[in-house]
Amino acid sequence: MKAFLEGHIFIISFTFLVYFLSQRLQKKTKLIILNPILVSIIIIIVFLSLLKINYEVYHEGSKLIDFFLKPAVVSLGVPLYLQLEKIRKQTLHIFVSQLAGCIAGIVSVVLIAKAMGAPHEVILSLAPKSVTTPIAIEVSKAIGGIPPLTASVVIVVGIFGSIFGYAIMKLFGINNPVSQGLSMGTAAHAVGTSKSMEISPTFGAFSSLGLILNGIFTAILTPYILELLGFWIKF
Amino acid sequence: MIIQCVIIFGCLALGELIVSVTGLKLPSSIIGLILLTVFLKIGWVKIKWVKGISDFLSSNLAFFFVPSGVAIMLYLDVIRDSFLPIVVAAFGSTIIILAVTGWVHQIIRKKL
Repeated sequence: MKAFLEGHIFIISFTFLVYFLSQRLQKKTKLIILNPILVSIIIIIVFLSLLKINYEVYHEGSKLIDFFLKPAVVSLGVPLYLQLEKIRKQTLHIFVSQLAGCIAGIVSVVLIAKAMGAPHEVILSLAPKSVTTPIAIEVSKAIGGIPPLTASVVIVVGIFGSIFGYAIMKLFGINNPVSQGLSMGTAAHAVGTSKSMEISPTFGAFSSLGLILNGIFTAILTPYILELLGFWIKF
Repeated sequence: MIIQCVIIFGCLALGELIVSVTGLKLPSSIIGLILLTVFLKIGWVKIKWVKGISDFLSSNLAFFFVPSGVAIMLYLDVIRDSFLPIVVAAFGSTIIILAVTGWVHQIIRKKL
């Protein structure tokens, strides 16, 4: 029985089933907090813990799902292409707002974590938390964070953004669809973008743009921003 | 269907090639995304060649994140030790990014 539960086929079908049921649960209850990714992750962690199945075994079995993450990110090129005309008309607006969002994100996460007394490595691990996992891991490695911790926080931030992002923006009076899509991609990378895609491919396109630009800015700027911050405060 | 896979995976493979040749510090998937957009723009790739698979993949993007999210179980103790700082900093900063990016974009949009 254990061999069956630890096999690739069971792990993949189980993950599909859990996600499908989580989606149904959200559709039925209409509660945004019951985000399918969040619910699926919790159910799978509880299931693995109860049956004493190691994470490594699950990881091995679910590699095929993980594998499709990369082509799925590539495929965001289609909605992006369809909005290219609109993007070209406001290149400067997009570029400046992205840069502002990127810097605000890194500075604020470091300052808040420092003020709350987080240890040095944790602060560094949080710095690239807003961008897509592969970039965040690379940046975390480069600046001396704990890459797997960064990866976990990235997912949590993405889920938080996809659940509350649009409500938060409404609260702040951000009503323009382009601004909303962009901000979502900047703050909550591909997980937030998946939420935008659910609303419409147009929102999805601007979210994709936000995730690309913030990813690039974060990869380039994080070490320098941290260095500059280091002159002001010790973290 | 096969042509669709050729294009999507081809862009990804080109992305990996570019990363390995140039040593660029960006993920191959992001470079693949940019390449696909460029190829569509300059007409090397027709939208109907990729429509089906890209609709499927991009509209189910969230699902593919589940396995990497499960990895959180390995770091529950680190997260527990700094739970409050991590949560407040990560969520607080996410709210700040949403506000700053959105505001700046809306303001310059109206001014320029």
